[in-house]
Amino acid sequence: MGGMAAPQVAPVETPDTDEVPAADRPWVTIVWDDPVNLMTYVTWVFQKLFGYSREKAEQLMLDVHHKGKAVVSSGARERMEHDASQLHAYGLWATVDRS
Amino acid sequence: MFRRRGDRYVATFAVDEVRVLRKVASEVVGLLTDGFDHSDPVVCRLFPEAYPDDAAGTAEFRRYTEGDLKTAKIDQAGAVLAALPGDSGGEVRLDAEAAEAWLRALNDARLAMGVRLEIKDGTDLGAELDDAVADDPSSSRVFQLSVYAYLGYLQESLLNALID
Repeated sequence: MGGMAAPQVAPVETPDTDEVPAADRPWVTIVWDDPVNLMTYVTWVFQKLFGYSREKAEQLMLDVHHKGKAVVSSGARERMEHDASQLHAYGLWATVDRS
Repeated sequence: MFRRRGDRYVATFAVDEVRVLRKVASEVVGLLTDGFDHSDPVVCRLFPEAYPDDAAGTAEFRRYTEGDLKTAKIDQAGAVLAALPGDSGGEVRLDAEAAEAWLRALNDARLAMGVRLEIKDGTDLGAELDDAVADDPSSSRVFQLSVYAYLGYLQESLLNALID
């Protein structure tokens, strides 16, 4: 990702997917690193689409940047396809996979 | 560059900037209409395979999502074209909805140019531009790299204004 400016978004309440049992979250949406999207933009998209806090969105963005990819949501397959399609609308490189 | 003024996002563009923005937004529209081709790496980047190891799954995903996604991308490029002043340059004032459309449209244009320019992780734009100028200052690559850098600054200014 390009750009290093710090995001300045107010924290938002985070829906906590960690409380849902793993068996009910058999699919995941993965976002992959790409050289064009600005880091601040990726963080903003995660907050916007998923309602994640700034801290969580920024951590996911850094995971994408440093590890090459990150799981950004998990759940039913249809839901993950919806998430991937939304991410594509924002220009992020997203795929769907089994968890 | 964009700044927030009340509940509007405002920028003043010179005539050359208006021409460049009209050109890149029109090129995105062209790519998504007449020029739409999944084998084009730019189209592939704007419409990624949802299942990289499953062609049937990707085809099914595209069958359900691609129409809406294409319409959304054409609409957001259209929002840029609609808000631009005439060929004289001038002010652009966006409400929050139009500002988000611009943000996504500028991102699409940068993604398209990034693929064509073969931008990689760690590409130093300044060094690329210096090399291209040394090679041929009047080349298309010099122009394209300059536009790509400009769109990045413009997108970042709009994003900063939105989250300020």
